[in-house]
Amino acid sequence: MDILRKKTWSPYTAGVLAGILLVLSVFIMGKYFGASTTFVRVAGFVEQSVAPEKVASMAYFIKEKVIIDWQFVFVFGVLFGALASAWLSKEKMAVAVPPMWEARFGQSRVRRWMAAFLGGTVLMFGARLADGCPSGHGLSGLAQIAISGYVSLICFFLAGMILARILYGGGNDHE
Amino acid sequence: MNELLIGAITGILFGFIMQKAQVIRYDKQMAALRLQDMTIVKFMLTTILVAMVGMYLLFDLGLIKFSLKPLILGGNVLGGLIFGIGWGILGYCPATAMGALGEGRYDSAFGLMGMILGAGLYAEAYPLMKETVLTWGDFGKITIPLALGINHWIVIVILGALFIVLFRWFEKKGL
Repeated sequence: MDILRKKTWSPYTAGVLAGILLVLSVFIMGKYFGASTTFVRVAGFVEQSVAPEKVASMAYFIKEKVIIDWQFVFVFGVLFGALASAWLSKEKMAVAVPPMWEARFGQSRVRRWMAAFLGGTVLMFGARLADGCPSGHGLSGLAQIAISGYVSLICFFLAGMILARILYGGGNDHE
Repeated sequence: MNELLIGAITGILFGFIMQKAQVIRYDKQMAALRLQDMTIVKFMLTTILVAMVGMYLLFDLGLIKFSLKPLILGGNVLGGLIFGIGWGILGYCPATAMGALGEGRYDSAFGLMGMILGAGLYAEAYPLMKETVLTWGDFGKITIPLALGINHWIVIVILGALFIVLFRWFEKKGL
């Protein structure tokens, strides 16, 4: 099982495997990959613990239903799959600040964590407004040749590239 | 119960594959947005290509149903751009943030917390969005072949050829 211990698979090989997995998932379970709706459900569970009546009356929580469904366990499964893979290939665990970030913005964990929190907040508001993320719109949407998928994914990359340019400038320090 | 078990297995396999392809790393996602390393784009487009061919074959045989997201330009474009801004700051998308946490890149935990907040904020904003942004440019559940009124295999062959040309260009440029 050396293949499972290898640190890297070619992105093309991995892509073929992920594509087959998506087709099997649709064929066997009728389920398409997606992730961002799960965060609505987690937010719903959190809010339910303090204000259950409010959650029960909110249109968006009624629409998306605050339940544990296929996608919910799928998203948490991703965490454990990545953990298993990293463990098998003996990756260095516990990285607090990404190397590229550190090279540009320094070692400060607090700065990175605050930026990550802010970025996550903005990103998820956008994902819900767009009705999907790079899994739902990107993989599942483009595989179905949905125009909503193409429009959304192009917008994800366009704004992401502009932000990357603002944060890192045009330099090529990474190579 | 069966549905949840299969969802968990699918997520674990997907997380495993993404970790091996190294696409759940901040450095890889930002390198794509900085046009330095297209690993994540190679992975995504290969997944899409394989899934597109497989799913349309099964669709033609009447074995699967599509699950299309509607094209709503207001939501897809505005939400997509907001997502991209957050993505450019965080450097993980929702599914890969879960994977990154599994891999021990625990800055993503702050991104995930931000995402839960962002989802909660969107739930508050949803009634307003439904009346405004989500009414702008609503074209319903539409695919490229449906919009053009041509056979889907013509579109699949053209898209497949475009993806392969892009892959060859990435490899030639060492991206």
